[in-house]
Amino acid sequence: MVLAEHTGGQVSEETQELIRHAHELASALGGLTEVALFGRTDLAGQLGGADIVVTVDHPALSEYLPEAYERTLLEVLAERSPRLLLMSNGTTGLDLAAALSVRWDAALATSVSSLEIDEDAVTATAQILGGKVLVRVELPGERGIATVLGGAFDAETRKSALDAEVIEVAPPAGLDALRMSLRQVLEADPGDLDISSAEMLVSVGRGIESQEKMEIVAELADALGVPLSASRPVVDAGWLPKTRQVGQSGVKVKPRVYLALGISGAPEHLEGMRNAELILACNTDPGAPIFGVAHYGTTVDLFDLVPELVAKVRG
Amino acid sequence: MRIVVPLKAVPDLVEEIDLNADGTGIDREYLTFVLGEWDAQALEEALLIKDAGAAEVVAVGLADDPEIDQILYTALAKGADVAVKLTDAAGAVSPGPAGTGIADRAALLAGYLASQPADLVVSGVQAADDLDGQLPPTLAALLDLPHVSVAVSVEVDGSSVIVCQEFAGGRSHELQVQMPAVIGVQSARQAPRYAPITRIRQAMQAGELTVCAVSPLPTRAGAVVRRMHRPEASHQAEMLTGSAGDVADQIVGLLRARGLVKG
Repeated sequence: MVLAEHTGGQVSEETQELIRHAHELASALGGLTEVALFGRTDLAGQLGGADIVVTVDHPALSEYLPEAYERTLLEVLAERSPRLLLMSNGTTGLDLAAALSVRWDAALATSVSSLEIDEDAVTATAQILGGKVLVRVELPGERGIATVLGGAFDAETRKSALDAEVIEVAPPAGLDALRMSLRQVLEADPGDLDISSAEMLVSVGRGIESQEKMEIVAELADALGVPLSASRPVVDAGWLPKTRQVGQSGVKVKPRVYLALGISGAPEHLEGMRNAELILACNTDPGAPIFGVAHYGTTVDLFDLVPELVAKVRG
Repeated sequence: MRIVVPLKAVPDLVEEIDLNADGTGIDREYLTFVLGEWDAQALEEALLIKDAGAAEVVAVGLADDPEIDQILYTALAKGADVAVKLTDAAGAVSPGPAGTGIADRAALLAGYLASQPADLVVSGVQAADDLDGQLPPTLAALLDLPHVSVAVSVEVDGSSVIVCQEFAGGRSHELQVQMPAVIGVQSARQAPRYAPITRIRQAMQAGELTVCAVSPLPTRAGAVVRRMHRPEASHQAEMLTGSAGDVADQIVGLLRARGLVKG
């Protein structure tokens, strides 16, 4: 079973990827692919590849609301008893998966990059420690949950028409007595500039070490006449605004050239930039995961490299 | 009001991470452990709530976590009112090797919170070595409390909190959540404050860590680790070598070929 995520009337790309993968797993196990769709039952047509769509409608489900989604999903899980529940590793997965794991009593694997069936056992490969270590785990028992990284599977989505049975499930009684409510939806702040349209980005990660040293990379971006962007730790530290963050929780970019300086390549970051045409990475750790997606890499210290680059670009 | 902030030591990601000989865990011998970056954000958000009004901030760690004393003293130096180290009833707890699950950790913290309830539990949205789940929703489920994760601001409004929950692309939801509640913090409203070394030393000299033995709450089974390994890149970057100047020449050449550097 896949939990469908949607915003503004659009089912997410990640959900469509998950349906595709669930279909492969279900075929291997001799089962069916079900999708749980809450709040916007009119979006069922976007769930091509599903065998069964389970819909629940209630005003509390129109936008994602943690407690409402958790209660409803528990009801659906109890009713449908899937072997495996797949969610994206984004906000929904980070919010719900661990709580469902306790309440539905199912083993959980997070930050999953691949799932396999190994002699009837479900195994998942998960990334930990910023993608520096991969762990192969088994989800034992008759039920399991996996939160899956975006881009983990073939991005080519099968846009097949929906040919699924739609099953409506009544909302659980608890939805009228929730301990939380949605006050408002805040759209993304357009901010100072849109990095997703830049031809090239100079992007900086935790390797920059301190706010004072940001000046060094800002000078390079300036010399090249391109925007400065960053991975999440730099933005969380307050050294660049949120609008400059590349990654799953930031902006997904596809420039012609992406120059990654001091970025190790955590899965959350790679998800936002792996489709750049040319990726150049500078990191002193030869084992950094960024070198797995970069076209060219160097282990030269960025503090030695960047001044040289500035001098050569300025001629 | 009482705000409890569970803190966890995780391997420092700046360093190289080695695996043990049989590939089932992380070799901890030469690792440096630091406070998890999201936990640092959670502590900051809790201290901001305290700054805005009357709240007691309680930093909680597991007694067997590496570097936990240093982490808790630093929390006190930053403004936490109380720092607590948890052990199980036998006086010790083994949280298991890093990266092998949080069930036991959550069970112990839930046991503590069941005996000494908080109005608000604020912790990092995740830890770098999370494998089978994140702490905040796990705790909330064990204690049957409402929870919100991926929060980027938490502010008290009477008997509830106003939480901003962030989604991909910078979209967010403003939620009103009744306390008691558990919040997983992605980032605080401002960068974590600095603790001067003199104040950390003062906290150490005062020795104000409380040790608390608790009974863990029953929890669920975790995933079973079969093998850990380093990423085997299906694709590997072509490495540019030589001096910084040589590498810069090669990079500028690549940019020039694409018309991104003139001349």
